[in-house]
Amino acid sequence: MTASIIKLDTSAEDHHIARMAAVALGLTILENAIPSPLPGVKPGLANIVTLIVLARYGWRAAAWVSLLRVVAGSLLFGNFLAPGFFLSLSGALCSLLVLAFAQHLPVRWFGPVSHSIYAAFAHITGQMLVVYLWLIPHAGIAYLIPIFAAAALVFGTVNGLIAARFMDNGGKPYMERLS
Amino acid sequence: MHTVTLRYIKLGDWLTLLLGSLCVVLLILKLWSGGLADKAVIRSGGKIFREVPLSRDQQIEVPGPLGVSIISIQQRKARIVSDPSPRQYCVRQGWLQQAGEIAICLPNQVSVELTGSQKKYDSLNY
Repeated sequence: MTASIIKLDTSAEDHHIARMAAVALGLTILENAIPSPLPGVKPGLANIVTLIVLARYGWRAAAWVSLLRVVAGSLLFGNFLAPGFFLSLSGALCSLLVLAFAQHLPVRWFGPVSHSIYAAFAHITGQMLVVYLWLIPHAGIAYLIPIFAAAALVFGTVNGLIAARFMDNGGKPYMERLS
Repeated sequence: MHTVTLRYIKLGDWLTLLLGSLCVVLLILKLWSGGLADKAVIRSGGKIFREVPLSRDQQIEVPGPLGVSIISIQQRKARIVSDPSPRQYCVRQGWLQQAGEIAICLPNQVSVELTGSQKKYDSLNY
């Protein structure tokens, strides 16, 4: 029996998306090593990559990178199709939905910081919806919402600043220098 | 360092930051104001029968002169499920949610009052 080789035709763009998703995945793993005071309060470092991809290569590429990161990350941590996976997925989907609108804000006045904050708020909204409608249908979780919102504002701003810093290299795209 | 960081925040970004902060403040005021009740005080015959936290769902049976009133606590709300009183005023009052709300079954001398860290209003002396 001869060994069969499956070869997929991949474009340069596919490679690029895969590379970006790998960077995002690395940040996700790094982030999981950071202890969190409250489950769910995380910096969301991988979103820095999503923001950069959005600014450089558009929404479609950003959606690929974000969703690939969620699926591959859940496979790595062993929670694929577990509640944690659906929390990440709902957060990522809501963020992408909001980013689809936010990217059309006038570039002159709105930068990655705005995108990041809107996406962060969308992220916790998506997660709280899944938590309330599926995991903990109890009004008591309302007490935690201000904490999550404050965390979204802080981490959203910080991530946006980091993304802006990365993209500001004398006009030369940082990620292209990497690859 | 400071000026370098500030350079990345454009005018619209400040607007977004302001909007976000406003959102957080509103959420804190709305959800942590203390208007939400956190305890139910159950009285029978004028004396405190039990004080229970609203965080745990449960059913409590309170004896009175006419019989047993059943009080239910669910999802941070409380109500009187059944009562032997003839006109059923307290049962028909339904769910109590805010601090200061109270349901009284006079014939059976049973009452449930919600208390929080601060009272928004009192349904008896407004």
